[in-house]
Amino acid sequence: MIAIVDYKAGNLSSVERALKKLGFGCRITQRREEILSCERIIIPGVGAAGKAMSDLKRLGLDEVLRYEFNAGKPILGICLGAQIILERSRENEAECLGLIEGNVELFPHPLFSEEKDRLKIPHMGWNSVNLRKEHPVLEGIAPADEFYFVHAYYPLPASDEYVFGTTCYGIEFASVIGYNNLIAVQFHPEKSGKAGLRLLEKFCAWDGCYAK
Amino acid sequence: MLSKRIIPCLDVRDGKTTKGVKFQGNIDIGDPVEMARFYYKEGADEIVFYDITASSDRRNIMIDVVRRVAEEIFIPFSVGGGIRTIEDMRRVLLAGAEKVSVNTAAVRNPEIITDGARAFGSQCIVLGMDVKKVDTSRKIPSGYEIVIHGGRTYMGIDALEWAKEAENMGAGEICLNSIDADGTQQGYEMALTSLISENVNIPVIASGGAGNIDHIYDVLTKGKADAALVASIVHHGTHTIKQIKEALHAQGVKVRMRW
Repeated sequence: MIAIVDYKAGNLSSVERALKKLGFGCRITQRREEILSCERIIIPGVGAAGKAMSDLKRLGLDEVLRYEFNAGKPILGICLGAQIILERSRENEAECLGLIEGNVELFPHPLFSEEKDRLKIPHMGWNSVNLRKEHPVLEGIAPADEFYFVHAYYPLPASDEYVFGTTCYGIEFASVIGYNNLIAVQFHPEKSGKAGLRLLEKFCAWDGCYAK
Repeated sequence: MLSKRIIPCLDVRDGKTTKGVKFQGNIDIGDPVEMARFYYKEGADEIVFYDITASSDRRNIMIDVVRRVAEEIFIPFSVGGGIRTIEDMRRVLLAGAEKVSVNTAAVRNPEIITDGARAFGSQCIVLGMDVKKVDTSRKIPSGYEIVIHGGRTYMGIDALEWAKEAENMGAGEICLNSIDADGTQQGYEMALTSLISENVNIPVIASGGAGNIDHIYDVLTKGKADAALVASIVHHGTHTIKQIKEALHAQGVKVRMRW
C-alpha cells in the first residue's frame, strides 16, 4: 500500500488514478498511523510552500515524514513535494522539512533562452531531463523523453551529490533530486504520459536503495 | 528547453464530440473518451474539452466524461464551457481535469479569475478569449475586441488590455481564439497571436484557423504562441498529430517526439 500524503495541496486524485491504472494500491491520507503503516509514501502537491508547510505541521505530518525518511521507507516527492523536502523556500520564505540540504529559489526575472527569447514564468509544459546519475527509479528514461512541468520555483540542493537530473529553462536547474530512500521530481509523472507512468511504476518497485 | 505543445480541441455537447465551422452546423464525430484516448496515444501534449451543452441540467454528463477521460489519459487536459462559479471549477478539477477555462463568465465577472486562482492555483486557470478584428478606436486601441456568444455580441473590451488584466488577476494561461479565423482552415490570426503573446508573461495557446502544417509552424514561430490548438485538421484526418509533430520537428521546432 502506498500513502499519498494529503495536506490539502491541490488535486491529489491524478496521482491516485495513475497508480490505480498501474495496478498499485494506494490511499490518499492525512492520518499519521496510516502513513506509518504504508510501505511507501508519495508527497505530491501543487500550491504554495508556506501553506503546505503550515498544513503539514498542523497535521503533525512534518514529524511523520522526517521519521519515515530516517527509517528508510521509500519516499517520492512530486512538484511542490520536491521543494518542501529542502531546508527553506523563497516562496513565502517558508521553513521546510530539511530532508535534503539546500533551498528553493524563484526563477530569475527576466529569463531568456539560449536564442535570447524571453521565457515565460511559470515554467509550464513539456521538457526533458538530463540524467546525472543512475537511480533505480529513473531507469529507462531516454534523452528524448519529456515530462510535464508547472512551477515558478525550483530546487537548489546544497551539493551535486543530491542531483540526479537537470532540466534547462533559461537556467539549468535540478529537476530530480534525492538522498538515500528519498527521490523527488519537479515535474508531474502522473501527467507525463508513458514516461511518467514508467517512473511511478519503478518507484512502486523500489527498495529505497541505490548505488552511491 | 520547453517544447511547443500540440493540443487537440474537442467540442462536446450532451456527452458527444462535435466540430463546428464558425460555430454553426455542428456535426457529431464521436465519443469524447475514445477520442481523447486516441489523441493521447497519438502524441497529443494536452487535450482541451469545450462543453457546449446548452441546458445546465445536463452538465453532469460532462463531469462523467471528465472522470472517464481522467482514468484513461495521463497528460494534462482542460475543460471549458459553462464554468460560471468556483463550485463549477471545483467539480471539474475534482473529476480529474488539470485546468479549467473561463471565457464569458470572466468577461462578466473578472473576479472569478482571482477567486479561482486563489482557490486552486493560477496554473489551473485558463482564460479563454474570443476575439474579433475591428477598426482601431480609442476604446479598442489594439483593433481586437472581445466578443461572446460565438462572436455575435461585442463587449467593448480591448483584447490586449483584457489579456494583461487577466494575467494580473491570476490567470495562468490564455487560450486565444480568433473568431475570424475559427473554422476557416485558412491559418491562425498571426498578428493577434504575437501581439498578445509578446505582451503577457503567461503561455498563450493559439486557436482557430489551422488548415495545414505550415499554419501551425507559423503560429508557433512567427506568431510566438506557446501551443497550438488543432481541431478539424486532426478530426477530419487531414493530418495526424504524429505527422504534425514530425514535420515541426524536421523544421527545427522543439516538440515532444517520444510518447
